[in-house]
Amino acid sequence: MIHVIAFYLFATIVVCSGALTILSRNPVHSVLWLILAFFNAAGLMVLLGAEFIAMLLVIVYVGAVAVLFLFVVMMLDIDFAELRAGFVDYLPFGMLIALVLLAEIVLGIGIWSAGPIELAQRAAPVNPELSNIQAIGALLYTRYIFLFEAAGIVLLVAMIGAIVLTHRARGGVRPQNIAKQNRRRPQDAVRNVNQPVGQGVEL
Amino acid sequence: MTAFFQNLGLPFEGAWLLATIIGILVIALPLMLAVAMIIYADRKIWAAMALRRGPNVVGPFGLLQSFADGAKVFLQETIIPSAANRALFLIAPIITFTVALIAWAVIPFQVGVVVANINVGLLYILAISSLGVYGIVLSGWASNSKYPFYSAIRASAQMISYEVSIGFILVCVVLWAGSFNLTAIVESQKGYYGFLNGNGFNPLLFPMAIMFLISAMAETGRAPFDLTEAESELVAGYQTEYSSMAFALFWLGEYANVILMCALNAILFWGGYLPPLDWAPLYYVPGILWLFAKILFFFFVFSWVKATVPRYRYDQLMRLGWKIFLPTSLFFVFLVSGFLMFTRYGGAQ
Repeated sequence: MIHVIAFYLFATIVVCSGALTILSRNPVHSVLWLILAFFNAAGLMVLLGAEFIAMLLVIVYVGAVAVLFLFVVMMLDIDFAELRAGFVDYLPFGMLIALVLLAEIVLGIGIWSAGPIELAQRAAPVNPELSNIQAIGALLYTRYIFLFEAAGIVLLVAMIGAIVLTHRARGGVRPQNIAKQNRRRPQDAVRNVNQPVGQGVEL
Repeated sequence: MTAFFQNLGLPFEGAWLLATIIGILVIALPLMLAVAMIIYADRKIWAAMALRRGPNVVGPFGLLQSFADGAKVFLQETIIPSAANRALFLIAPIITFTVALIAWAVIPFQVGVVVANINVGLLYILAISSLGVYGIVLSGWASNSKYPFYSAIRASAQMISYEVSIGFILVCVVLWAGSFNLTAIVESQKGYYGFLNGNGFNPLLFPMAIMFLISAMAETGRAPFDLTEAESELVAGYQTEYSSMAFALFWLGEYANVILMCALNAILFWGGYLPPLDWAPLYYVPGILWLFAKILFFFFVFSWVKATVPRYRYDQLMRLGWKIFLPTSLFFVFLVSGFLMFTRYGGAQ
């Protein structure tokens, strides 16, 4: 009973906040609705018994990705009128994507109602006594280790690419040498001068 | 407790709901009291270190000072700047406060005395603490004012940076304990060298304990990393436009977060509710007292640092996070997992 109530609560909020993400006029509000959608999607994951995925969803998407979104969107100076001007041009393309998604949902529901899918079980039998994290770890680091490492390398390449694209050597900067700063002692930097009155200090 | 209410004739759902609500209240109400008293303790410690008296007027030894302050802000008028984004301006302190409270759900006070004994407890804490940044960012943006906005940007960069190294530090502890469950982590710390309780006595994890303490200060925005509310530059940072209860919620949330970080320090590295020595008579003292003693000790360290260490510069803060803590904690993940691979998990095959 509580599960059903919780499911409909989370699902309703996900759908509503998803809709509000694209409907709200202020981009910061959009990001915030998106965050709410992520958060409730994590709630749905918990209901499915996938608590590890739920926590990862919150840590990665809500805790890091969405913060960066928010960061960027808050800094941008967006002209809303200009944004809305392109709406009609993008409409056919948007409709196409919506149609593809609809078709996929129909297909998915059709297959699901035809009977349970045994594929996952056959490809990777999981010991039902293990907890979620242990089961995922046991699969990820044995059977799928190459895929896992390949994903890591893709991310590394993306990171290096971003640095290469944005980094440029600027002339005229004087970087700090922290070790040199730490080595500096008062006797090297400060000097007592016994200066007679009325004369300038030689430095 | 669910079973107890079921015996009284309630259906399972009702019993579960009632038990959970009581569990939440049993944690949240004493926590609020603890926050009030810890603010008083904080001010007394700073005062002692600055050779002042600190709060000493309201009640005996000024013990009721926090309640007087609470009553004062409660009676103040809530001022909302006319250019502020009204809804978000009011939601932001609520987020900070709520997030600071809900993280306590997984903290074990004794064996089995925990609201939610979930097996991803540590990940839950990480997830919740990553939410904490929203309260600050939203308050900064919604205030529609320059100082809060600067503060919000500083806060988000700071919290994300230190969350990364905190994550790696937690990985070391999890590797050693072999579980994400906080109770299991505490239990795994029994009997170092036969008589000590606590990961901190492990030479591989001791550096992590120190780094966690420092990262916790940065994560909660405490001195010397309180750049988000650096009064010489940003007035009061993200709280500048706040007054009345909205301000009080930030205040309470901040201190609840600090106590949470102290509790995490105690639980992850210094044996949580276990006595520091694995000696039978010490186990007669209830575990909750050991936990409280450890929390108070770490809180004293926090205030001590706040009273004595000057504020970091922002570039130094970022350098410490990304160039020192991140590589070091990553190296220790490597070291700890390698050590465990060669000893506990059967050696190189």
